[in-house]
Amino acid sequence: MPKKGSKNPVRRGEAGRRGDDVRSDIYVAVEIRGSGGLQIDLTSKVAAFYGGSIEETATRVLGELKVKHAAVEIDDRGALPFVVTARVEAAARRAGCDGKALPERTVAVQPTDRDRLRRSRLYLPGNEPKFFINAGLHQPDGVILDLEDSVHPDEKDAARTVVRNALRCVDFHRAERMVRINQLPLGLDDLDEIVPESPNLILIPKVENADQVREVGARIDKLHKTKDTPVWLMPIVESALGVENAFEVAQATESVVAITIGLEDYTADLGVPKTVEGNESLYARSRLANAAHAAGVQAIDSVFGDVGDEEGLRSWGSRSRSLGFEGMGCIHPRQIQPIHESFAPTEAEIEKALKIVAAFDDAEAKGLGVVSLGTRMVDPPVVLRAQRLVEQAKRAGLVDPEAAGSRGDK
Amino acid sequence: MSGNDLVINAAGRAVPIHVNGKDQVPYQGVAAYEPAGTKRAPPIRSCKDYPESGDKRVPDLETALEKCGLSDGMVISSHHHLRNGDQVGLAALQAAATMGAKDLMWFPSASFPCHSPVIDLMDRGVVHHIEGSMNGPLGAYCSAGKMRGLGVLRSHGGRWQAIQDGEVKVDIAVIAAPTADPFGNSDGSHGPSACGSLGFALADSLYADHVIVVTDNLVEFPCIPWQIQGNNVDYVVEVESIGDPSKIVSGTTQITRSPDRLLIAEYVARFIRDAGIMRDGFSFQAGAGGIALAFVQFLKQMMHQAGVKARFVRGGSTQYLVDLLQEGLTDYILDGQTFDLAGVASIASDPRHVATSPFTSYNYHGKGNFASMVDASVLGATEVDLEFNANVNTHSDGILLHGIGGWQNCLFAGCSILAIPSFRDRIPVIVDEVTTMTGPGELIDVVVTERGIAINPKRQDLLDRVSDSDLPIRPIAEIKDEVEKIMGGKPEPARLTDNPVAVIKWVDGTVLDTVWQVED
Repeated sequence: MPKKGSKNPVRRGEAGRRGDDVRSDIYVAVEIRGSGGLQIDLTSKVAAFYGGSIEETATRVLGELKVKHAAVEIDDRGALPFVVTARVEAAARRAGCDGKALPERTVAVQPTDRDRLRRSRLYLPGNEPKFFINAGLHQPDGVILDLEDSVHPDEKDAARTVVRNALRCVDFHRAERMVRINQLPLGLDDLDEIVPESPNLILIPKVENADQVREVGARIDKLHKTKDTPVWLMPIVESALGVENAFEVAQATESVVAITIGLEDYTADLGVPKTVEGNESLYARSRLANAAHAAGVQAIDSVFGDVGDEEGLRSWGSRSRSLGFEGMGCIHPRQIQPIHESFAPTEAEIEKALKIVAAFDDAEAKGLGVVSLGTRMVDPPVVLRAQRLVEQAKRAGLVDPEAAGSRGDK
Repeated sequence: MSGNDLVINAAGRAVPIHVNGKDQVPYQGVAAYEPAGTKRAPPIRSCKDYPESGDKRVPDLETALEKCGLSDGMVISSHHHLRNGDQVGLAALQAAATMGAKDLMWFPSASFPCHSPVIDLMDRGVVHHIEGSMNGPLGAYCSAGKMRGLGVLRSHGGRWQAIQDGEVKVDIAVIAAPTADPFGNSDGSHGPSACGSLGFALADSLYADHVIVVTDNLVEFPCIPWQIQGNNVDYVVEVESIGDPSKIVSGTTQITRSPDRLLIAEYVARFIRDAGIMRDGFSFQAGAGGIALAFVQFLKQMMHQAGVKARFVRGGSTQYLVDLLQEGLTDYILDGQTFDLAGVASIASDPRHVATSPFTSYNYHGKGNFASMVDASVLGATEVDLEFNANVNTHSDGILLHGIGGWQNCLFAGCSILAIPSFRDRIPVIVDEVTTMTGPGELIDVVVTERGIAINPKRQDLLDRVSDSDLPIRPIAEIKDEVEKIMGGKPEPARLTDNPVAVIKWVDGTVLDTVWQVED
């Protein structure tokens, strides 16, 4: 394993991955020396095209970290520049260097709305940068750069650097940029590195009470002063206790926009197997969805684990929608479209809702207190639901935003 | 070779005017070259010289080669219907080596990694050079300038054309036959080494001076069905095994699981649907690459939904094309080669699954061919440039990687589509100028990448037809710029010498481009 910290007299650090099966990543070993300048030994699959560029990048990063003399071994498997910089920095830090070498920011920070669509959120393992660059092309509503379960405990620091650089350099297109931090207190260290890069949303794992959310919120407030790009929170409830406290969690801070559930840990906590039907979590998910709606935040479901079973996914998605959820997680880009379709209102629902909204607008215009459709009176909650549905359909591109006259008060 | 021997052809590429001692015609344009003269004919033979019993068996390959008059400098051909499982091509050359032959030209319809030992035969002077595809170690050997002659790469149709036109005179053709009778009638759809069609060997059987059939499944006359006619065969050799069945066909062909490649495949299918190409009676060609297989799956769903049926599809056949046939989504499979067990079983049993040859499918010096009658072809490439010129032969660093296969021939389809990722690792696929030109841009209609679909501006009709679709149609330069930004700038150009190591022939036998030796 990598030798970390200045306690080690050799002052050597390594980061990244090597091997014939590694793609779009790079291995870097930095051995700090007392003299002799930078000696870079480069092997690269793309040496003919970008060998010079890789050496320049390594030299620049080490310069920013004040490394003047070092033996640097690089074994590149076609890593993109944001990965090269992250790996060189991680190796140098493991060799005891301090500081950051931020790559030039090439993507703008786009704020997101509290109520935006969050039907699909695509998990991207934080230490697997090869999956990052094209993630946005699959058009998920959000991408989750994951620092938690998909990252080996020894690689947390390296993954943090990759994710931080990705937030500066990778275009995720229209996807909301989310980061799942580690369980507290390690997650607070993640925030120090990540929040200055203005992610749109932080997922907090294994939340059981409101204080944990407030602790994250307070740290973010300290790190993030720019109020025009809010950093939203999505706590993940993953235990029986968390489910019982779902309402206080959902209400913990103003920044919470959604709560979700992690079913692997939840079913483990109950001591029951997780099934495709999900009956074992029906109570928990219903309770969570209810708590979310009571608190005025979005209820988001867990993931569906079998990538090959599209029918099962669709079936889970439509049952999930019927429980009050507005979206779920994806572990593979091919799950995105089926999820969007599962959470979309049906044509019949949209048509009916448009009629109700039109009747409401008509009644408003005429100053009538009662909304009626044909010979039937429409109750106010029905109008409200119709307005929400039309609003959701508009965001999903199922209804022309100009055509329907809804005021959608959500 | 000195610079004086080069000329700039109509594609703007520098090409040699002599190749392996023969005068060449530089490429003149897609359809500019006018051939003249008559086709080559093999020598006239007489029944009096062949056994009346029809039994042409000889004990082994060496005897057969000796009876064919093997001598130094001859052209020996073999074929790739056994793909990476082939043992016959190498066995023939090694038998020739044992007999002391020198300076042979090996003329395979394609080579595979299993043929790497030919390097040793070239080092020993047995084989002078190869005219045929070279990949892996053979490609690296040729690219390093170690071959004594120039490599000549031809498409499947171009190989037929070269044989038929007499550009290449095959002295001895050695045909691996999964089933044959003592007379030489041969077929590929049965036997322990069954591979499907033997179409690649057909031209050699018709035009070579001598023809040897090698089989590991000898049946009594008649071998039914036959694709190679025994009347063209001189000798039949029975061997233990002609190939490794596990490398001849795959048990099942796997569709790509890469989300990015699946996205490309989905865009291809949607393009074919939205451009109105998918309609009753249409046709398409798809190979066995991961994206091509996945595209067939997407198109199949769309055909079901729209209630549309194809008249024919062209393979490389696989389970996925066989499914189309069996689900009533196409009337016929016209098969050039057969990639998996389902394909082999289908061609052996279903009369609607028909073996074709490079003559019917691809030969440009014929009275038409099937390739131009196909509505859409879906192809790969290692590079494509801003003029839509494409490269399938070399890596961006200039090293020979692949043969041409049917790729050039398929460009004549009504709509030729390159389905390619916009970059591989950190190597952009869309470039300013291709390292090697395998196909001229005027024949390449659409480039589908995961970042968008670029339509050749020459195809305004296609641009119009998809103008209302929600597909991501983008200018090719825009996709290229975006990828270069992601890569951190343009790649440094390939480091090539001015020493030619191979040439790329166009479908009409003219020289389209040169492959240059790479720097050490």
